[in-house]
Amino acid sequence: MAALDQHIFESEHEATSTGLPNTKLAMWIFLASDCLLFGALISTYVLYRGASIKGPYPSDVFDIPYTSVSSFVLLASSLTMVLALAAIQRGDQGQMRVWLLATALLGATFVGGQVYEFTTFADEGLTLTTNLFSTTFYVLTGFHGTHVAIGILMLLSLLVMSFTGKITQQNSLSVELVGLYWHFVDIVWIVIFTIVYLIPTGPGPT
Amino acid sequence: MSDVETHETDLTGQEAYAARTRRGRTVRHPSPKEYIRIAIVLGVVTAAEVAIYYIESLRSLLIPMLFVLATIKFSLVVLWFMHLRFDSKTYARFFLLGVSGAVTLYVIVLLTFGAFSR
Repeated sequence: MAALDQHIFESEHEATSTGLPNTKLAMWIFLASDCLLFGALISTYVLYRGASIKGPYPSDVFDIPYTSVSSFVLLASSLTMVLALAAIQRGDQGQMRVWLLATALLGATFVGGQVYEFTTFADEGLTLTTNLFSTTFYVLTGFHGTHVAIGILMLLSLLVMSFTGKITQQNSLSVELVGLYWHFVDIVWIVIFTIVYLIPTGPGPT
Repeated sequence: MSDVETHETDLTGQEAYAARTRRGRTVRHPSPKEYIRIAIVLGVVTAAEVAIYYIESLRSLLIPMLFVLATIKFSLVVLWFMHLRFDSKTYARFFLLGVSGAVTLYVIVLLTFGAFSR
């Protein structure tokens, strides 16, 4: 790592043996490990894809236009998250709060949309134990939705901390860490949207 | 890379805070305008994904096209929004280890159970 980077970092934080913030390194390692968790859930969905012996099947319940809007909402929240980080890095507390709140609201919209989707599916007879599709689908998307909900709590915590003076331009790392987590949730959804929703499965068992 | 390269002396005090170096060159995170451009590209790619889903004549190419488009979106978010393009390569190494490890492991699992031959 270049000496200047280490100098900038060490002048603002405690020195570390790597010259990198331990918390940021830990977040990246956590995200790397979370890839294995979601990899397992996605693989299980793929493995049992088309193996349900009774419906409802994916083609009976999926509403692609609706889920596409949810995807746009989550992508938009990634934009507002980086704008919040950019704002605090230039010392603009007000803008940071606006973008953090926007990110939390977009995240809440996504989770609300997911709750509505689950409710609609349940009304159509697709519950957690209906068939292999429902079990793998609810567990995968449910875990993702839980990650989004945790992200919203982290965003709201940042917002509260900003009002107590704990988030400053010199201490913007916490915003960056929450941002990394939030973007990770977004990239996981990119994979889920493609594999679960857009790649078609036949109308019945294969 | 050249669009984000800058010299230390060009940076204001606030910009200098965001500045980071890589291999001796001073770089900084993208500007809000660049973030918005990336977001527009992400939106367009998502719209393209949904559009090709409905085009019957592209059915045979649907899966490879969707994987290419998803990879583009994944890369844009990781490289720009998560700053892997600009930050220390140590972070990238750890993350790539996790992603490639997960992909390798689960492709082997799926091949073992014949998930692709059904």
